[in-house]
Amino acid sequence: MTERFVTRGFVGRRDDPGGTGLSGDERRRRTPPGQYLTSDFPVLSAGPTPRTPLDRWSLRIEGLVREPVQWSWAEFLALPAREWVVDISCVTKWTHLDMRWKGVSIDTLLEGVELDPKAAFAIAWSDGGYTTNLPLGDLLNNQAFVAYEYDGQPLAPEHGGPARLVVPARYFWKSAKWLRGLRIQDHDEPGFWESLGYHIRGDQWLEERYSGD
Amino acid sequence: MAIGWQLATVGSIHDETPTVRTFTLGLPGWSGHRPGQHLDLRLTAEDGYSVERSYSIASEPERPGEVDITVERIEGGEISPFLHEVVVPGDRLEVRGPIGGYFVWEAALGGPLLLVAGGSGVVPLMAMVRHRARSAPSVPTRLLFSSRTFDEIIYRDELDGLASARNGFEVLHTLTRGQPPGWTGYSRRIDEAMLAEALEPLGAEARAYACGPTALVEVVANGLVRLGLPPDRVRTERFGPTGT
Repeated sequence: MTERFVTRGFVGRRDDPGGTGLSGDERRRRTPPGQYLTSDFPVLSAGPTPRTPLDRWSLRIEGLVREPVQWSWAEFLALPAREWVVDISCVTKWTHLDMRWKGVSIDTLLEGVELDPKAAFAIAWSDGGYTTNLPLGDLLNNQAFVAYEYDGQPLAPEHGGPARLVVPARYFWKSAKWLRGLRIQDHDEPGFWESLGYHIRGDQWLEERYSGD
Repeated sequence: MAIGWQLATVGSIHDETPTVRTFTLGLPGWSGHRPGQHLDLRLTAEDGYSVERSYSIASEPERPGEVDITVERIEGGEISPFLHEVVVPGDRLEVRGPIGGYFVWEAALGGPLLLVAGGSGVVPLMAMVRHRARSAPSVPTRLLFSSRTFDEIIYRDELDGLASARNGFEVLHTLTRGQPPGWTGYSRRIDEAMLAEALEPLGAEARAYACGPTALVEVVANGLVRLGLPPDRVRTERFGPTGT
């Protein structure tokens, strides 16, 4: 292990400031490098909260697919959904363990969709112009879902409601709020934060926060 | 290009209010920053236990080789009590940055500018105000600044001084918990009526930056969009617990 600079006089809090009720070992094991645990759900957005009326909302999958598919709000809610309890890490350093969501797996959304053989990446795009990019491999096999409830309540607009992408294995900026579609591509393309100096992949266990990390 | 960790040396320390302190960090290897950006600080204990936090850069880029961070002491926090109680000039701290590319204003972007701050949310906006004073002193700019009490107004005297230059920079204060005798500023939480009054002389071409607790920023961002500012000209930085 490389020599780490030691900060004079720093001891740190070793108790459970995040109120998780977990043992120290368990907390350490589940906290990615550089993160702190919180029981809060901070809101961090770059701009105003978009609000699309539900009767004008749709979720669309397009791009390198044989035929694009689209769901209205009622159609989306009728899809098989389940509860997800996952740990979430934001690049601003907070981690919240065991966050409880209800949503539809990306696998379910892609069930009726025939992907082009060259399909390799997805650009998630949102109301208000936000985008983020992910390899398809990060979205399939129960690794990602579109959430419409958090902690038993409809997802609030400031948290990305009515529906957001959730990809627990990546920093939370990859979990696009106000999701309206996935555009399937054969090439990667940096999204909003990725174009502003944030890491193209964003794996919190490898501390991939910023470009070049 | 990777942003590496560097060792900063604490130069001077200055109390802004009874609970808010500014640290000047000497950083010979610093590549410069844009007003609104922040840096990451890393503290490591003897046994390897380490924590990281982000702090907005308070100083203007026109001061090469050093940056200021202004830190509010949070009761029960892990980092701010350490910074307030233990760190002295001469200490070294690990930092990296600058980070952030959207909540940024520099002279080339032009104005008019509406800056809205809640408490310590004024810190990144102060970097913009200080940069404006040095490099764009005629950009019409208004800072709408919400604090709890008069004694808790961060950078109060400096803001008074900048406003007295009469070059198009004005500060509108609101105090939400108590006002001194003879107070002529606002006395309530920021609301749409206050935003309308603050925005009015700047006009519909204004760019807005709002920073502070998320509840305040939500009111401000929604309000400014309702007053007609395009959403991409309303940039926000939020911190603090949601309380939900």
